[in-house]
Amino acid sequence: MAVETMTLFTSPVSPPRRLRSATSEAPEIKVVLTTIALLFVAIFLLLPLAAVFVEAFRGGIAAYLSAITEPDALTAIRLTLTVAAIAVFCNLVFGVAAAWAIAKFEFKGKSLLTTLIDLPFSVSPVISGLVYVLLFGAQGYLGPWLGERGVQIVFAIPGIVLATIFVTFPFVARELIPLMQEQGTAEEEAALSLGANGWQTFVFVTLPNVKWALLYGVLLCNARAMGEFGAVAVISGKIRGVTNTMPLHVEILYNEYAFSAAFAVASLLALLSLVTLAVKTFLEWRFADGIAVGRSH
Amino acid sequence: MRRFRMALLAAFGAATIATSASGETTLLNVSYDPTRELYRQFNEAFAEHWQEKTGKTVTIRMSHGGSGSQARSVIDGLEADVVTLALEADINAIAEATGKIPADWRGRLANNSAPYTSTIVFLVRQGNPKNVQDWDDLARDDVQVITPNPNTSGGARWNFLAAWAWAQKQFAGDEEKIRAYVGSLYRNVPVLDTGARGSTTTFVQRGIGDVLLSWENEAFLALEELGPEQFEIVVPSVSILAEPPVALVEGNAERKGTTAVAQAYLEFLYTRPGQTLAARHYYRPFKPELADPADLERFPDLELVTIDDFGGWVEAQPHFFGDGGVFDQIYKPASRS
Repeated sequence: MAVETMTLFTSPVSPPRRLRSATSEAPEIKVVLTTIALLFVAIFLLLPLAAVFVEAFRGGIAAYLSAITEPDALTAIRLTLTVAAIAVFCNLVFGVAAAWAIAKFEFKGKSLLTTLIDLPFSVSPVISGLVYVLLFGAQGYLGPWLGERGVQIVFAIPGIVLATIFVTFPFVARELIPLMQEQGTAEEEAALSLGANGWQTFVFVTLPNVKWALLYGVLLCNARAMGEFGAVAVISGKIRGVTNTMPLHVEILYNEYAFSAAFAVASLLALLSLVTLAVKTFLEWRFADGIAVGRSH
Repeated sequence: MRRFRMALLAAFGAATIATSASGETTLLNVSYDPTRELYRQFNEAFAEHWQEKTGKTVTIRMSHGGSGSQARSVIDGLEADVVTLALEADINAIAEATGKIPADWRGRLANNSAPYTSTIVFLVRQGNPKNVQDWDDLARDDVQVITPNPNTSGGARWNFLAAWAWAQKQFAGDEEKIRAYVGSLYRNVPVLDTGARGSTTTFVQRGIGDVLLSWENEAFLALEELGPEQFEIVVPSVSILAEPPVALVEGNAERKGTTAVAQAYLEFLYTRPGQTLAARHYYRPFKPELADPADLERFPDLELVTIDDFGGWVEAQPHFFGDGGVFDQIYKPASRS
């Protein structure tokens, strides 16, 4: 981030030396600042990440492979991917709908909706899990009614999906709203006046304008959905091989003195996030122009 | 896009079907923290036994956590067929809140439904650098004690009562002195984890504290897993006979049609294979004659009080661990200092 700002402000048109602008610093200060930033990144981000992989391979490659192909681990991986896919899909649909409504229309309660979208960010994940236990648990408001009809929500996959959707709720909408607001309604109005119907306007005008922001939101949403621990821990019941997601499985293995196995699964989780990050970076690089327009908040 | 959506629907559908309508019988055993290793082997043994006896396959699923929070989950709808918890009070809580366990559950199996027992010992670092020998050392200013939170952990409640039992003897029942002692012990606790395994991790992996108040089986397991060159066990002069009970959750089992196999599962704990495995995993078997004598030799002899000396769990639970009970009164000043 620091590097970005510096190139932005210093390199393009550097002012004559005597008229030193407020943003250009002496070279030694630049070096110090960059060193601090890099050291910080190395100590707090790279070192722990490296430690995960070192620990994961401590027992050798065979031990690593058996840790991630063992049936409970496979179920956890499958469950995490399924839950993330459902949560991302739901939040994609909701996020687009909400952003569209907020950016393109005026209606009562609009500011309330905007505030509510941010709610999951300000609530502790543990509470997010607990509210669903309160709602759908056997002692909850809706739980007994659902239980009589054989519908199990908490301590089962639907509960985990619900909690994950709640926690990752804002990501897509938060990416889209500022962009859509900035773009205004002129292009949509033009499309409508040329005879397009609402759906066509959305698909051929609105969507292409926001596709990069949308993708960005989806990636962030996905990363968080796969890594969520607190909310899922409350609602999963931790049944091995059934409702254990990858983060929960890591904790269980760690508590069972299976350190290499715990770090093996953790490294897999880290790898999934790294892939997400790599895709994001690639998209930013490949489509820098389109995204620059989109990310201006 | 459409194909993606279909795939999603299919995946979701498959996941739901796989959990609800699989052909073989599945039991869910909701247990407390330190039983992981025991039940992993016991479940295999029982599945084999059931296959031989009836020709049917049974899969046993496990869920582990602090005993109190596990009971809470069963109350909130976790569909356990059997519960194997750290203490009677937690099973009573399920019975009262849901009615899925009959009130007289303790009488349904031998030895008050406790197929194995355990006790509370001290785990210290190699060489016992703080020279901790008995309960009075835990109240010393220079000693840090690790024990979980009695509100969420069953083991923690046994720890608390074991300390209380020693003080009761030491101070000849002088309640004020007992409270002062237990209070200063808990002032030496830097972290209250939610479960016994969490406390073990705090002590063993994170290196916090001088003494871990631990289930005997958990202490032995830590020695076995991490090597006797790092830790040693100190046996106090007095401790408590901890009886972790087991019970059939009739309400759930009947609905799922698993009553017979769940009952057989619990009874299998009392047979030779069950008792042998319990002793192998450092639980004191109810019928020692069925276990391997070599395993039994590892258990030290010590004076054990029982929960009946506290009037049973029905009295001890609300008195010591209820809202505003003795623990809350004692621990509050500790958290302020």
